[in-house]
Amino acid sequence: MAEPKITLAEVEHVARLARLDLSEPEKKRMRFQLDAILTYIDKLRRLDTDDVEPTSHAIPMVNVMREDEVRPCLPTEEMLANAPEREGDFVRVPRIIEE
Amino acid sequence: MATIAELGIRYRSGEATPTGVVRAYLERIEALNPQVRAYFTVTRDTALAQAEAAEKRLKAGAPLGLLDGIPLAIKDVICTKGIRTACGSKILEPFVPPYDATVIARLGAAGAIILGKTNMDEFAMGSSTENSAFFPTRNPWDLGRVPGGSSGGSAAAVAADLALGALGSDTGGSIRQPAAFCGTVGLKPTYGRVSRYGLVAFASSLDQIGPFARDVRGAALILQAIAGHDPLDSTSTEVPVPDYTAALGRGIEGLRVGVPAEYFIEGMDPEVEAAVRAAIDVLKGLGARTEKVSLPHTDYALAAYYLIAPAEASSNLARYDGVKYGYRAAGGKDLIQMYGRTRAEGFGAEVKRRIMLGTYALSAGYYEAYYGKAQRVRTLVRRDFQQAFERVDLLVCPTAPSVAFKLGDKEDPLQMYLCDVFTIPVNLAGLPGLSLPGGFTATGLPIGLQLIGKPFDEATLLSAAYAYEQVTPWHTRAPELA
Amino acid sequence: MSRAADYEDVIGLEVHAQLLTRSKMFCGCPTTFGGAPNSQTCPICQGMPGVLPVINRRAVEFAMRTALALHCTINSGCRFARKHYYYPDMPKNYQISQYEEPLAVEGWLEIEVGGQVKRIGIQRVHLEEDVGKLVHEGTLETARASLVDFNRSGVPLMEIVSKPDIRSPEEAAVYFKALRAILIYLGVCDGNMEEGSLRCDTNVSIRPRGSSELGTKVEVKNLNSFKNVQQATAYEGERQRMAITSGQTIVQETRLWEADRSYTLSMRSKEYAHDYRYFPEPDLVPLKVEQRWADQLRTTLPELPVERQRRFVSQYGLPAYDADLLTQSRALADYYEAAVREYPKPKVVSNWVMSELLRELLGDDEAAISKSPIPPRNLARLLALIEDGTISGKIAKDVFEKMYRSGEDAETIVRREGLVQVADAGALGAVVGQVLASNPGAVEDWKKGKKQSLGFLVGQVMKATQGKANPALVNQLLLERLPKEP
Ligand SMILES: [Zn+2]
Repeated sequence: MAEPKITLAEVEHVARLARLDLSEPEKKRMRFQLDAILTYIDKLRRLDTDDVEPTSHAIPMVNVMREDEVRPCLPTEEMLANAPEREGDFVRVPRIIEE
Repeated sequence: MATIAELGIRYRSGEATPTGVVRAYLERIEALNPQVRAYFTVTRDTALAQAEAAEKRLKAGAPLGLLDGIPLAIKDVICTKGIRTACGSKILEPFVPPYDATVIARLGAAGAIILGKTNMDEFAMGSSTENSAFFPTRNPWDLGRVPGGSSGGSAAAVAADLALGALGSDTGGSIRQPAAFCGTVGLKPTYGRVSRYGLVAFASSLDQIGPFARDVRGAALILQAIAGHDPLDSTSTEVPVPDYTAALGRGIEGLRVGVPAEYFIEGMDPEVEAAVRAAIDVLKGLGARTEKVSLPHTDYALAAYYLIAPAEASSNLARYDGVKYGYRAAGGKDLIQMYGRTRAEGFGAEVKRRIMLGTYALSAGYYEAYYGKAQRVRTLVRRDFQQAFERVDLLVCPTAPSVAFKLGDKEDPLQMYLCDVFTIPVNLAGLPGLSLPGGFTATGLPIGLQLIGKPFDEATLLSAAYAYEQVTPWHTRAPELA
Repeated sequence: MSRAADYEDVIGLEVHAQLLTRSKMFCGCPTTFGGAPNSQTCPICQGMPGVLPVINRRAVEFAMRTALALHCTINSGCRFARKHYYYPDMPKNYQISQYEEPLAVEGWLEIEVGGQVKRIGIQRVHLEEDVGKLVHEGTLETARASLVDFNRSGVPLMEIVSKPDIRSPEEAAVYFKALRAILIYLGVCDGNMEEGSLRCDTNVSIRPRGSSELGTKVEVKNLNSFKNVQQATAYEGERQRMAITSGQTIVQETRLWEADRSYTLSMRSKEYAHDYRYFPEPDLVPLKVEQRWADQLRTTLPELPVERQRRFVSQYGLPAYDADLLTQSRALADYYEAAVREYPKPKVVSNWVMSELLRELLGDDEAAISKSPIPPRNLARLLALIEDGTISGKIAKDVFEKMYRSGEDAETIVRREGLVQVADAGALGAVVGQVLASNPGAVEDWKKGKKQSLGFLVGQVMKATQGKANPALVNQLLLERLPKEP
């Protein structure tokens, strides 16, 4: 069998970076599926792209800017209407330092 | 069953009124949506209020334009002020935007009426609308089959006449593929043609909003209303917007049409191939000159796409964390737990898979090998099209290698990804692409014909599609629903 | 065993300056400080779904001005990138910043330390957006929950990164001070460190003297005054010297300066791994800086602090100390020059500005100076009143204070309060006589040779005239009436 493209440890590391709590079965399934996709993607290696510039925008544009003008803000109540938890005019989050 | 243009004429002649039409649509939605499940939210009250306003304008002889009073459906990926915008996701289920997307503001200024928000694959990731966190949408032509995706709700709504037209979004084929599966017209405009402001981002460098309609003219009318520069979107261009309906009658005499060899692959549905070849003959019969062209990097486009789109998605979806809006998991003792649980419970399997893939592709040590490489391949895909368009005015090919498949048929993610093999290169190159009905299988399922144009040349796409539509019967067929 | 003195400091500074734009970096919300929580936000700076950033042109031009003033090369093409990490004060969980293609690179700034002029290299100047503010219930460590205010989220920041050319804590403070002065001169930042408009992180490593290699660097954050920069850098250098000379190794890390307790503290990593996953911001298009644009901005650059300081020495004959202090802020230097134009005795004006004016003002920035109730012209008039003998220098200080409180000019106050100096020998003679009569003890002392008693008697006369007497005349009259020197 070919070497897997991605190890379980890498799956765990990436899940941590992405702030996704995955269950053990999810991790195993994820590894298997990512491995299949990465194996498919491997076909890109066949292309020599050393002298090819990367494209980040298909339609090239430059210097799009706005003038420094103040626009009306969103009223605080409208902003907080969507917040899962608030305290006064603040958005409230659980303690930052890990338990 | 009317078209947008026909209804406009009836409004002006007084044969129909917006309130009457909207009531009829709301009734039809009530009757048929439980089967098709195209809508996630029906905005009954606002639709009726908008209809009354349109009616007043029409009575006063001062309609806002050709879309005044026309009832449309909006994919739930487009933000609507005061109307829940869930994006097919549990994580956004409680979200009510305090702002309108630019396209919504423009449709409003054109007098269009919004009937509701349509179901979709979660965060527009999918090709069957089965990835909706809420329920799958059914194909009106066969309720056991998928409508395509990710804009499956919008496509099904138009096909089932639950709206006269709709807006969808297309990142890798999400307008064109469901349009093909549902037998409607669907147009993905050139990247930058339509503002993305208020479109919940999936892959920012690929996403584009576009119209669905039952005929080409309808799609042209909606595009006319939403296209054009928006100062709120730095990637929207200032290229002038032509009069699309005026371009429809141009005909295709002498038009150079390219047939890309790489879009007729082994394993594709023979009925699809036959229908597309027949359509090419129709175009020839109308005076187009066809020639073979080659897009040699087509085979690599899908692989490049599945690095670029997930990478951008992993970044765009980082904001859904239970802090400011949307779903927050209960019981997290600290922030890290709250983040991890909220995102684990709030996102579905496909979204998690793409976040993982994208995060991996951008992570330290892999960026050049994956994301960087994919961006270089993107350049090669773009060049292929540039070279082809030196010789031809547009390209014609199938929209998808197959017709609508059965629900649950594609369990393997990679098999699902392959549905978009003919639509993805167009997004990578930022080009306009249009899918229109090009025939039916023996069992009565629609087949999509894809036209691909030069940047900002939607007018040529629309005129060629219109010419084809005028001499073919496909768009007049409707699914039987009761 | 190596000795601590064998090691030299290698220091680089990262300065974050809030730009003086009206609106935020990527949206139209105002940048004003001190609004009610979450009152200065919009869907864009809250990172709501589907919203898009648009670059503020003035922010770009401010960064370009700064880059030009720091002799940087402005990159002809630059772009924004997304920097990813999760923190609740950052609404998108990525910060729009610049990474591989910053606005400008490779510049320098001249500083003077101990009479030596030295060039500190500038590595890069780039633009980014600020994050919101967290309020902890108690301290970060003990808080059960934290509260987020997004008002600052999206405020434009400019980051200026020096090369590791700084060799002592003193140089670090001088560099920071010089940089602040330039930013204020350019009008791109108000330099207010208390409100966080200007913040500094320092990168400190040590290496054996003579070595050209760089040691392991430690980043010290949270420095918001010149004093902090100097003390924290000194502390960190010493900490590393002690560690190395006792055989320990330096760990690459981020430490926090605890100003109250004067030490640096290792920060608990808030990120599992520092993997920012930068990639080009797809919602923004690149900036292309044409030569013409840069040239046009160059013509609008003001005279910068170092040049102005040198000119103050040569043109006004001021001591270097005065010139340095007066040119720290453009507004103060402008004030000084306006006053000198009206009252052309540069050193006298300098003394008054440095001692009297700066004592009253709450800062030396644009806003504080413009709010000064004593415009330069009024200060000049006051000094003229001293020179022509209308008031005494002592009275002038009181008049100055009254001018500051009331905003009135000197003449008005002097006239109304009858502060005109008494220089009439007849009138003063009577007062002198009374003072001599009522202070026989002092007169006795004088006779015994205690010269200080003359001063006492002058003081008594001044007191009796409420300071209005001309001191020279009082002196003269007293000497006439007292017995000749014994
Ligand atoms: Zn804002």
